[in-house]
Amino acid sequence: MVTLAPAAPTSTNPQRFLPTETPLALLDAGGHVVADAGLVMPSDDILLALHRKIVLGRRFDSQATALTKQGRLAVYPSARGQEAGEIGAVVALRPQDWLFPTYRDSMAVVARGVDPVEVLALLRGDWHCGYDPYGYRVAPQCTPLATNALHAVGLAHAARIKGEDTVALVMLGDGATSEGDTHEALNFAAVWKSPVVFFVQNNGYAISVPLSKQSAAPSLAHKGVGYGMPSMLIDGNDPAAVYAAVAQAVAAAAAGEGPTLIEAITYRIEAHTNADDATRYRDRGEVESWLARDPLTRLRQHLTGRGLLDEAAIAALDAEAETEAAALRQRMNVDTVQDPAELFRYVYAEQTPALGQQQQELARELAESEDQ
Amino acid sequence: MTTLTDRDLEKAPIASPVTMAGALNRALADALREDSSVLVFGEDVGTLGGVFRVTDGLAATFGEQRVFDTPLAEAGIVGTAIGMAMNGLRPVVEMQFDAFAYPAFEQVTSHLAKLRNRTKGRVALPIVIRIPYGGGIGGVEHHCDSSEAYYTHTAGLRVVTPGTPADAYALLRQAIECPDPVIFLEPKRRYWSKETTTLQHTAATLDRAVVRRPGSEVTLISYGGALGTALEAADAAAEEGRSVEVIDLRSLSPFDDETVAASVRRTGRAIVVHEASRFCGYGAEVAARLSEQCFYYLEAPILRVTGFDIPYPPPNLEEHHLPSIDRILDAIDRLQWQDSSGTVKADG
Ligand SMILES: Cc1ncc(C[n+]2csc(CCOP(=O)(O)OP(=O)(O)O)c2C)c(N)n1
Ligand SMILES: [Mg+2]
Repeated sequence: MVTLAPAAPTSTNPQRFLPTETPLALLDAGGHVVADAGLVMPSDDILLALHRKIVLGRRFDSQATALTKQGRLAVYPSARGQEAGEIGAVVALRPQDWLFPTYRDSMAVVARGVDPVEVLALLRGDWHCGYDPYGYRVAPQCTPLATNALHAVGLAHAARIKGEDTVALVMLGDGATSEGDTHEALNFAAVWKSPVVFFVQNNGYAISVPLSKQSAAPSLAHKGVGYGMPSMLIDGNDPAAVYAAVAQAVAAAAAGEGPTLIEAITYRIEAHTNADDATRYRDRGEVESWLARDPLTRLRQHLTGRGLLDEAAIAALDAEAETEAAALRQRMNVDTVQDPAELFRYVYAEQTPALGQQQQELARELAESEDQ
Repeated sequence: MTTLTDRDLEKAPIASPVTMAGALNRALADALREDSSVLVFGEDVGTLGGVFRVTDGLAATFGEQRVFDTPLAEAGIVGTAIGMAMNGLRPVVEMQFDAFAYPAFEQVTSHLAKLRNRTKGRVALPIVIRIPYGGGIGGVEHHCDSSEAYYTHTAGLRVVTPGTPADAYALLRQAIECPDPVIFLEPKRRYWSKETTTLQHTAATLDRAVVRRPGSEVTLISYGGALGTALEAADAAAEEGRSVEVIDLRSLSPFDDETVAASVRRTGRAIVVHEASRFCGYGAEVAARLSEQCFYYLEAPILRVTGFDIPYPPPNLEEHHLPSIDRILDAIDRLQWQDSSGTVKADG
């Protein structure tokens, strides 16, 4: 019989799991290249792709917020200000990888290629998930905090068992790192060496609760060390750094080196959702200071400074974003018709007789109210 | 315990004595052998073979990749099973004891039960969660809960519990093949009860109740750990001249209205027998359904013989809590056998 425990540790030096003391960045707030960044600068093509997707993503996001004001969406949690994380992480994924997003990450899901109208089905109130997860390798957007982290680990572990080259990236917020499922997921992934990337967007708040009330750790990335997981602390408003860190973690996972925890420091510019009043827990000055660190401005300054982007290209891209937003507006302004029978259709693989009866009860009720 | 080996299997179908734990073990082994997507994991299920030895020998036979110990975290076990099922595997996971499944409750109710519906049928989760449940084994606190109602109240889950070794085998095989998530409740006090039977992978019983003992005057509706008590009570009642039918529900969700209502329409009297507490317990649903469906056939109110509405008692007091033969016989006596003129009805 093989006994694996207890083994005396040969070295308890945690150095290889620890993040850097300050967040890694490739571009500073002014778009200048950071020397000795500790990350690999993405190619110009990637930087241009990031820029393009950030412009489109931000416009999608503001359009979604506008749709709440017109009553077309029940609610929308904006990711404005977090575009580097939302887009950088997704662009670094390969087609065969999986994304496990949260309610915050509609922008990321759209960047992965899912039709925005399908994405918004949830918030429009039509159905809980409007897209086919297998079609895009995007799990349904997850609302119960941190629960998606375990799904990512399971999916990635299954991929390893099946011999597939698939990495799962799970998105989490700073608040979600306090949930038990985050810890269980980090631990399972580390023990199993699962090909998973834990991508934590620390935007400073969980609704109204600031990070200081959430964690006493030196950083959220430090949580990796307790599980024996390499961790990175990065500037979450630097699209180049996010891309580089995630691409590195994906490559390591795909090479069999196991999971990585990445904490991206960022800020949510809008309120938690359109229904939230952020003035109750933070002041304008704080928001202004983060506007000065805008991820799009920084990337754009870098690209224009190097002559990779000019005013004409930016204008053309803005026009494209406007066209997309107009198309989305138009498609979202159509009243959808829901079939109430669908409420009973997908509960089990085969409908139970009792659900069939309840479906008929509702149908009768609807027919009677139509007659009146 | 003895584990049934391949050689024993080949000898089938000669009837032989088998415990419920042995039958479950063989169901897992056969499923692992026949379907390479089946995985078995949980706490101590690998090297040890589970604290009840239900997974005994499986890791040695099928390897660490398919039968393995996880870190000690129940939400982690169910949550990762969900991810694995999303990626085409069929996890069969073990919760070590009923009350230790509670940390996984969020994963069970918010995801396991809902993902098919959330995705309009695109994502199926063919997962079985095996949970040793119920009392009667002298277990200390947290080792004896009957938690079925938490699960049956959750749409999207199937909840199954075997009452005999033969059913344990057949139902577990079907549960593993089922495209829906199944909460598979194993009555601990029946793990070591033996039956001389052939274990068969029979079809189409996963959501059907079965009449375990035919009778004409009263229907006892029971399942899992209490089933044996109900059957003994029926025998005792027969000695007193009462003809008692016993139904083993097997599937707590979905509920087999057809079989149960047909029996109660015939007998006109019904008692639900379960270990779990009475208030908002499973028996309340059974009684409500039957009064909706069989009102005109009923000679008496539907009664419940259940555990009390108390936290599960300590071992030295549990006998007072569990439904007993006497308590069932008393309930049968209370089924209004006399009409208003005081004459005893029917042939009772
Ligand atoms: C288990 C659970 N508890 C509470 C909530 C309600 N809730 C939704 S979002 C949120 C804050 C989460 O903050 P964070 O993880 O930092 O993500 P962010 O919203 O900032 O992106 C809370 C408390 C929830 N969705 N799930
Ligand atoms: Mg946050």
